[in-house]
Amino acid sequence: MNAAAAFFYIFSTVMIGSAFMVISARNPVHSVLFLILAFVNAAGLFLLLGAEFLAMIIVIVYVGAVAVLFLFVVMMLDVDFAELKQGFLQYLPVGALIGVAVLIELVLVVGAWTMSPAAIGSVGSPAPSDVSNTLALGRVLYTKHVYFFQAAGLVLLTAMIGAIVLTLRHKPDVKRQDIAEQNARDKSDVELKKVPSRAGV
Amino acid sequence: MNGFEDGWVLPLLLMLLKSVALIVILLTLIAYYLWADRKIWAAVQLRRGPNVVGPWGLFQSFADLLKFVLKEPVIPSGANKGVFLLAPLVTGTLALGAWAVIPVADGWALADINVGILYIFAISSLGVYGVIMGGWASNSKYPFLSALRSAAQMVSYEVSIGFVIVTVLLVAGSLNLSEIVRAQDTKLGMLGWYWLPLFPMFIIFFISALAETNRPPFDLVEAESELVAGFMVEYSSTPYLLFMLGEYVAIISMCALMTILFAGGWLSPIPFAPFTWVPGVVWFILKVTVFFFMIALVKAFVPRYRYDQLMRLGWKVFLPISLAMVVIVAGVLQFTGWGN
Repeated sequence: MNAAAAFFYIFSTVMIGSAFMVISARNPVHSVLFLILAFVNAAGLFLLLGAEFLAMIIVIVYVGAVAVLFLFVVMMLDVDFAELKQGFLQYLPVGALIGVAVLIELVLVVGAWTMSPAAIGSVGSPAPSDVSNTLALGRVLYTKHVYFFQAAGLVLLTAMIGAIVLTLRHKPDVKRQDIAEQNARDKSDVELKKVPSRAGV
Repeated sequence: MNGFEDGWVLPLLLMLLKSVALIVILLTLIAYYLWADRKIWAAVQLRRGPNVVGPWGLFQSFADLLKFVLKEPVIPSGANKGVFLLAPLVTGTLALGAWAVIPVADGWALADINVGILYIFAISSLGVYGVIMGGWASNSKYPFLSALRSAAQMVSYEVSIGFVIVTVLLVAGSLNLSEIVRAQDTKLGMLGWYWLPLFPMFIIFFISALAETNRPPFDLVEAESELVAGFMVEYSSTPYLLFMLGEYVAIISMCALMTILFAGGWLSPIPFAPFTWVPGVVWFILKVTVFFFMIALVKAFVPRYRYDQLMRLGWKVFLPISLAMVVIVAGVLQFTGWGN
């Protein structure tokens, strides 16, 4: 067994284990922490595939920003999770049904997947070996797929503006600091003193 | 003995040896950076600073280390024990982990990876977890408030740091830290390093690095007049030591990052004979020391920011400036052809 296989098994077992703990942990904060562990292990799997840029972006975006917000919300919310979990088992049939349906679909998709022998080699090396991963991604993202890229950006912008519109309230009575006004204030308002060292005022 | 035939045992041992050497040297240096930090702070305030343990107080940091390790670790009864103990470990490990990709001299990086700068960015964005976990697991009001503040602060300043890094990447044309340094190797010497052409970004990076590592004047996380000692209130002994160590390692890595991105890494400032004979690692340590001196002076000079001012600076000043600079730098490179 070579090192890559060993790391693959380590990452995938830890990932599946922590994904299971996300739904079974009693404390919601622990759930989010396990979710973060799952993300980091997913990044490890991407590294093994040679997708180093994707691996780092997963850690930066999902772990560094999205999961922090999750953690924020879960810590701040005062929800009684024991109460929430009371009717937990009554959803089991529906949940199990959806789970089984997804599993069958996945098996159908993967089972029917035939691959030409020539393609197998190209899966393992997503980019030419003399071009770095990031460069290869950038070349297709900003040339071939630039409209989709821009469209995705616009969707995110809409979501961002929506969030701001929903939460921004103009309170008329709040006293705000106007830094430009403070900086423009006349120097004659204040008395400046030159204090000699070791002497005091 | 299959491993020897495959030829991975020896590289593994070599890698372990290198890592241990790097960590030992780094931690010894940090003991003296910590001492220097206190001395500089004291000098500005006309005090003597640590001066009792050893000549000029040189062994003060080691005495502190012994004191912390020998104390009793107190875990509050209401604390979430596992997370409480995990938090300082996360902080310490992540801070040291960033050094795996930092090239201290030409070819002297433990892992010279293609996405080095993204790795550092990822690791430093994970640093916020140590603070949040510590603040939450303490099950106490002040640590929790401080954890919330710090999460907002670190996420905010990461955005502008990210854009500053993007401008450097655009000019250097690589995400590999060694390549970024080599791209600054011109005949101009220190005038060809990126601090000059990207000057406003260098200042923004310096200030954002202070905020990202919770250094004064942005140490709202542990603002002692409001939050006692922030997320570290309930910590004592070795867990506290790990938090403190992680903080200082993170500061030194930010100094190293500034050295690599803006001050030519291991390159000599004057690009001809007697100066280029000096080993690269000496220049690297000298530059890191200069940046650390600047950070230490800021701690002594500048009063602490208020929380809303901190957020304003991050989102309303740094973010627009750095975003505009990304567009300007990209435009200049595209239309003058300097990028090729």
